[in-house]
Amino acid sequence: MRLHQGTFSLVADLTDDQIRKQIEYCIKKKFAIGIEWTDDPHPRNAYWEMWGLPLFEIPDAATIMYEISEARKAHPNVYIKINAFNNTRGIESTGLSFIIQRPSFEPGFYLVRQEAPGRTIRYTLQSYAVQGASEGTRY
Amino acid sequence: MSNVEQRTRIKSERYESGVIPYKKMGYWDADYTVKDTDILVLFRITPQPGVDPIEAAAAVAGESSTATWTVVWTDLLTACDIYRAKAYFVEQVPNSATEFFAFIAYECDLFEEGSIANLTASIIGNVFGFKAVKALRLEDMRIPFGYLKTFLGPATGVIVERERLDVFGRPLLGATVKPKLGLSGKNYGRVVYEGLRGGLDFLKDDENINSQPFMRWRERYLYVIEGVNKAAAKTGTVKGSYLNVTAATMEDMYERAAFAKEVGSVIIMIDLIIGYTAIQSIAFWARKNDMILHLHRAGHSTYTRQKSHGINFRVICKWMRMSGVDHIHAGTVVGKLEGDPNTVKGFYDTLLLPSLKENRNIGIFFDMDWASLRKCLPVASGGIHCGQMHQLVQLLGEDVVLQFGGGTIGHPDGIQAGATANRVALESMIIARNEGRNYVEEGPEILKAASKECRPLQVALDLWKAITFNYASTDTLDYEATPTKAAA
Repeated sequence: MRLHQGTFSLVADLTDDQIRKQIEYCIKKKFAIGIEWTDDPHPRNAYWEMWGLPLFEIPDAATIMYEISEARKAHPNVYIKINAFNNTRGIESTGLSFIIQRPSFEPGFYLVRQEAPGRTIRYTLQSYAVQGASEGTRY
Repeated sequence: MSNVEQRTRIKSERYESGVIPYKKMGYWDADYTVKDTDILVLFRITPQPGVDPIEAAAAVAGESSTATWTVVWTDLLTACDIYRAKAYFVEQVPNSATEFFAFIAYECDLFEEGSIANLTASIIGNVFGFKAVKALRLEDMRIPFGYLKTFLGPATGVIVERERLDVFGRPLLGATVKPKLGLSGKNYGRVVYEGLRGGLDFLKDDENINSQPFMRWRERYLYVIEGVNKAAAKTGTVKGSYLNVTAATMEDMYERAAFAKEVGSVIIMIDLIIGYTAIQSIAFWARKNDMILHLHRAGHSTYTRQKSHGINFRVICKWMRMSGVDHIHAGTVVGKLEGDPNTVKGFYDTLLLPSLKENRNIGIFFDMDWASLRKCLPVASGGIHCGQMHQLVQLLGEDVVLQFGGGTIGHPDGIQAGATANRVALESMIIARNEGRNYVEEGPEILKAASKECRPLQVALDLWKAITFNYASTDTLDYEATPTKAAA
């Protein structure tokens, strides 16, 4: 499967040049930029691991591109995303969030169905990759 | 000496029994200084032939506040000068000989805290049937900060909803299940699954899907949720489908909402026709139960569309943001339903901005701070398709749910293909916009380039390339480049 999370995920993976342009957009909007990675991409996993702190007042896209390449070197076969933070009053939340690296194989999720009273089913979403594999050995 | 009735009869000219003009009764005050705590209302008045516009404005102020048709001595038992609404400015509507804009100020204490029902019972209560006016339209309202603070507004609005769904930096995508009526629960859930699987964030019930003989509500909820969960597993994302809980009674609505929660839905939906009190009630329920609340504006065109009479939809936007709905249908501009671009921009700003500035070019007549009430997410639905993506992004911006019903389900290669076409068109357009390209000019090229790697998009563009809805709007704005007087 292909994980559909993030602003851009049904188009082809963004090239580094395209990533840089999106980062330039974030800089222009005065967003802070964080890099996050995980090998547990459950849709309700709100907290991926942070690659350091988000960068504030970024001088140029090269600074972020450098951190991206360092993060990729350290975590070559997991999900990595860019999270851009917008601190404008009335927003104060994420402004843009997109995946910049995927594991070579994305096994995806399956549904556990628990038969409940009446016709109700309780659904649990589980990850093939996380199932039975410890952190760091999932992809 | 005369009898007691004669001796105690009120001598004041103002309070002698009988009928005197409203403007003489204190409902017109050209020198009135507007207070920050006043509720300000702009009406468009068409007086009956021969009726002085100022007298008509005073009459509207009177009938929507304390007055009745004749003088009553019991006024004198109250601080009546405070409670009388005051018309304070009247101007001719640009390019119209018969219509007038009338500004009226209402004391805040005329209205119960946190009650849209009470607010509207005065402002649109009796006065719209008043014989002295031929037609009357409520154009805009300035709700003061203090009164707004008695409302909680949307529980999730734009920001919290995005965090819950994990969707940022682009419009949300949705679709209405079609056909609107007649599908069985199982077939209905199929449409939900396919649309979400293909890349939409939401599917939705239509306004008139409640619990009909062909599909009762419990059956629908169960199958829809199966589709939602299966699509979530297939895509690894949070998905939703608005379950319409509109029903005959509040008890039925609570029962349906509770079941929606029990089966794990993230969102429920209501129709505007359930009424202001029911809307506020279900909004409180939704807040308490972590549920996003979608409002379909069913019925609104019966009173919002004609320029001379009724309520401008921007006022409904204000009331609904105060009531606490998280989503509201607010127009598409380019789709099949009514919507002048500047008017619609005014609706979107009303729903989304932290504070409003007077700007008659988009139909906003008052400065108004929203007192930190959350933003209400506009929904664009009705006759839109992926070939218009550049226009939609330009006209409606990022904070909107784009709903392609026919534009998803009508795709020749199926619903999944339709959904994917929409999502790829949208992502491509946002990438281009962020890159600083002139995406509006280059829109068709951007879509064409994206369609080279996405067959569903190619098919959709070929099919719908010529579809536009270019009809003149009925509800357009009346303004002059320089307004005659800034509203206070």
